[in-house]
Amino acid sequence: MRLSAVLATALLATGFVAGCAKKQPSAGARKTAPNFTLKDSEGKEVRLADYRGKVVLLDFWATWCGPCRIEIPWFSDMERQKKDKGFAVLGVSMDDDGWKVVKPFMSEMKMNYRVLLGNDQVAKDYGGLDALPTTFVIDRDGKIAFAHVGLASRKDIDAVIDDALRGSGNSGRVSLPSLLLNTR
Amino acid sequence: MPRRTIWALLAGWALLSAQGPDRLTVGRPEKLVGKRNASVQVKIPLTVQTGFHVNSNQPLEEYLIPLKLTWTSTGALQAGAVDYPKASIEKFEFAEMPLSIYSGSFDVVAHFKVAPNASAGPGAVTGKLRYQACNDRACFAPKTIDVTVVYQVE
Repeated sequence: MRLSAVLATALLATGFVAGCAKKQPSAGARKTAPNFTLKDSEGKEVRLADYRGKVVLLDFWATWCGPCRIEIPWFSDMERQKKDKGFAVLGVSMDDDGWKVVKPFMSEMKMNYRVLLGNDQVAKDYGGLDALPTTFVIDRDGKIAFAHVGLASRKDIDAVIDDALRGSGNSGRVSLPSLLLNTR
Repeated sequence: MPRRTIWALLAGWALLSAQGPDRLTVGRPEKLVGKRNASVQVKIPLTVQTGFHVNSNQPLEEYLIPLKLTWTSTGALQAGAVDYPKASIEKFEFAEMPLSIYSGSFDVVAHFKVAPNASAGPGAVTGKLRYQACNDRACFAPKTIDVTVVYQVE
């Protein structure tokens, strides 16, 4: 590993502790989102790789997370508004108590998108997920177009999704999560 | 300094930073000293990392995890009430209603009674403190940390 890469990781890790960070790398610099196989609320196995060709908003959340409750209705709106354009939301709950707490929450929040139950491996693959919510936008090629730790801006996420649906890639803001990912 | 050492130090720092320290730390409580049948109490000093808060023992929202101290082993002492300080009521961007929280440094006071048949000598009470920490944009997974209070029966 180059010294510059270690330095960058160290500096960005400090940003992670502060609670919020975002990344929107150019299309060429994007890293592949780690694949996973997780079960949905009906017990069906869902692979991230099955969504290749779609733009995916991947939201890691938990029932005990206040900021997650702000974002979830946005994501339901986005699912409704963009699903016919090749877009899908995947919510991954990190609740230790599993479906017994997640299913009632899904009903309460009227979540209209697919919800999966996370595990330690997916947390590790996605940078630890120490803080929630953590949100990724994955482009049609399965690469991470955007990552954000903490309560995001709805406007920012909408813009990134629309860019990804158009197949364009913005560049600019740098951040932690995907730099910590063990991606190929 | 050799380049390899710099790499190792920076990588270690990055890892520690990414995992993060405990957002709530327990200070060392004073030693409890009492005779048989005596009522005793101890202050357990707690500090929340700057920029974060923990939910109080009585959060105003049902979904939030309360601060809770439970004893797992009390030795020659009999556990009594645990007194939590008055919470701050604060509004955060992520919640519609104000929340009941603790931040900074504060004490939780635990009450005990020395058992009537306690043997004279030292001992330790052990317990678990569960908490959930957040800042104004994100929440961290609920954690449970160990609490130990040493005592002396006279």
